[in-house]
Amino acid sequence: MRHVISLLIENESGALSRVSGLFSARGYNIETLTVAPTEDESMSRMTLVTSGSDDIIEQITKQLNKLVDVIKVIDLSEAPNIERELLLVKVRATGAAREEMKRLADIFRARIIDVTDSSYVIELTGNDRKLAAFVAAIDPALLLETVRSGTCGIGRGERVLKL
Amino acid sequence: MELTGAEILIRCLQEEKVEYVFGYPGGAVLFLYDALFQQDDIRHVLVRHEQAAVHAADGFARSTGKVGVALVTSGPGATNAVTGIATAYYDSIPLVVISGQVATAFIGQDAFQEVDTVGVTRPCVKHNFLVRDVRDLAATLKKAFYLAASGRPGPVVVDIPKDVSMTPCEFEYPKDISMRSYNPVIRGHQGQIKKAVQLLLGARRPMIYAGGGVVLSEAAEELTRLARRLGAPVSATLMGLGGYPASDRQYLGMPGMHGTYEANMAMHYSDVLLAIGARFDDRVIGNVDHFASEERRIIHVDVDPASISKRVKVDIPIVGNVRDVLEQMLQQIESGPRAEQADTTVWWQRIEGWRDRKCLDYKPSGELIKPQFVIQKLWEVTGGEAIVASDVGQHQMWAAQYYRFDKPRRWLNSGGLGTMGVGLPYAMGAQLAHPDAPVACVTGEGSIQMNIQELSTCRQFRLPIKICLLNNRYLGMVRQWQQMFHGQRYSGSYMDSLPDFVKLAESYGHIGIRVEKPGDVEGALREAFTTRKNDLVFLDFQIDRSENVYPMVPGGKGLTEMILPSEDL
Repeated sequence: MRHVISLLIENESGALSRVSGLFSARGYNIETLTVAPTEDESMSRMTLVTSGSDDIIEQITKQLNKLVDVIKVIDLSEAPNIERELLLVKVRATGAAREEMKRLADIFRARIIDVTDSSYVIELTGNDRKLAAFVAAIDPALLLETVRSGTCGIGRGERVLKL
Repeated sequence: MELTGAEILIRCLQEEKVEYVFGYPGGAVLFLYDALFQQDDIRHVLVRHEQAAVHAADGFARSTGKVGVALVTSGPGATNAVTGIATAYYDSIPLVVISGQVATAFIGQDAFQEVDTVGVTRPCVKHNFLVRDVRDLAATLKKAFYLAASGRPGPVVVDIPKDVSMTPCEFEYPKDISMRSYNPVIRGHQGQIKKAVQLLLGARRPMIYAGGGVVLSEAAEELTRLARRLGAPVSATLMGLGGYPASDRQYLGMPGMHGTYEANMAMHYSDVLLAIGARFDDRVIGNVDHFASEERRIIHVDVDPASISKRVKVDIPIVGNVRDVLEQMLQQIESGPRAEQADTTVWWQRIEGWRDRKCLDYKPSGELIKPQFVIQKLWEVTGGEAIVASDVGQHQMWAAQYYRFDKPRRWLNSGGLGTMGVGLPYAMGAQLAHPDAPVACVTGEGSIQMNIQELSTCRQFRLPIKICLLNNRYLGMVRQWQQMFHGQRYSGSYMDSLPDFVKLAESYGHIGIRVEKPGDVEGALREAFTTRKNDLVFLDFQIDRSENVYPMVPGGKGLTEMILPSEDL
């Protein structure tokens, strides 16, 4: 099953490779991984999307907790949560496709953030399924480039990951 | 007052009451060595290869419970140390390994003798640090010693660039330490302890499976009290030997691949299994599914939450320091309601039946020296009081099976990683820590040659180790597997062109004795441990080449599917 794991980690050099090294060494799967400093610059927050049986997910959270640099770990998927990912797409936008592409972006509530005579860059946020649906809706012949940020997530309501 | 980084390092080691540093100098650590030279508190032990420096520090730590310290230079010094670091990591041994690094301005430039030591060691350390600023040095070393020794112990690497070691800085050693990201659990959850005790008292077929955690947390006494109170049989793993007195009636021997029949049967058929400081290693429980086929309740005590329910699902997990948890359990038994304790008479009858199979019996010989016989004689001659450092292979299993360890920290071996070549450096570390204790290195002709250069270190520091080489002119354990599972095709397992070990020992200034007849075994051992007490004696026992280690649970099989010696091929 797919799990979104969030963790707070000391913002030190090498901290990211301790996490990624753990996943490769133990053969755990990583779908996406995002990391950036928090409002407290001494800590980073990392969101990992992984999948595995309950036993494997239990081991992953335990092994993450065991890393000396890791301050806190939660499995966001254990309770209601919100996931968002940013997608940037560059598309060919000429002739009839130019108007069509604009309409498609509106339908998905995406924004066009760069325009040239022949191309758009479109920005879209949402969960991974929404982003995938948008990309699938674009004519492959017009799709020039896509870039995704990886998922970041937060718990709903009172659930907080904080020191 | 300002001190250089090198002087700060020495002061920190003094603050940590470090007695020995095992090391090898080089360009990146010249300033550290210079500072070491100008003081008398810490003794430097010059090894002949960096791998041995780490193993010797590890042997020191295993035999004392203190943090072992090694010092190596950058690049090849650090990579040579990796095997030692990984060995300590797998057996949870507290070490601080200090490595030199090229100057900070050169890091990443592919400088001479540069290697990314923090990157290379990351997967096999508890934690590691690169100290980029001398102002962080003292606090980093404080953290390193704290991390190495607390929680589940392990090796910590501190990589110090050359310029950091020569830069002056105000020195202050932090008095105490707290890390928001690291808070190991010490005491067990009281509710879980209660449940565990209830289960144990109600068990008709209780079994205690004790691992290295008992030795690491100095819990041998508490374990013995609990086992006696419960009247439960005890099995100690390869890492846990000595954690429970081997000559005690309740002791069943080692479990696992080369464990005893009675220990494996009791592990399998128990109704309540108490696992203490053990991790259900594949060499201990054999086939996981087979192990799970019998219904039993499992209580698992471990300081590392990640060890619990990793390979085997447990019913009552208890995270905590083994000794603290055992104390809590004992208190719970004494203070709790006087629970009716289940009758274990029938269980013990079954165990005695298994014992009667006498699985460790072997055919004695008047012609050929049996390796088991050598270990039994070693036990007799030393009165069971020696510190035994073993290498890895058949001799390791025979030493574990036939030398009965009644006290902890007397059995030093590479259990998890299985590193050949640890024996002699382990013995060195142990002998330095215990100058008056008899120290034996049980080894094979394959293993001893992996760190044979340390005979020179032993000479320099006058270490009177007794090397007991069980020489069968084979890589015996490999040969055994090839005999059993690879159609007797002895690929690469034959040790050709062996040196004359007697002459070799003599060339290093030691005593060498070759023993070829069973009748000479005891005499040679007596000579080594009495008249030659103060010398290193290299005993080359020419043993029966065909002897195999039994009992044996073949790979992939269950604990009850052992091959016994009577079924020898």
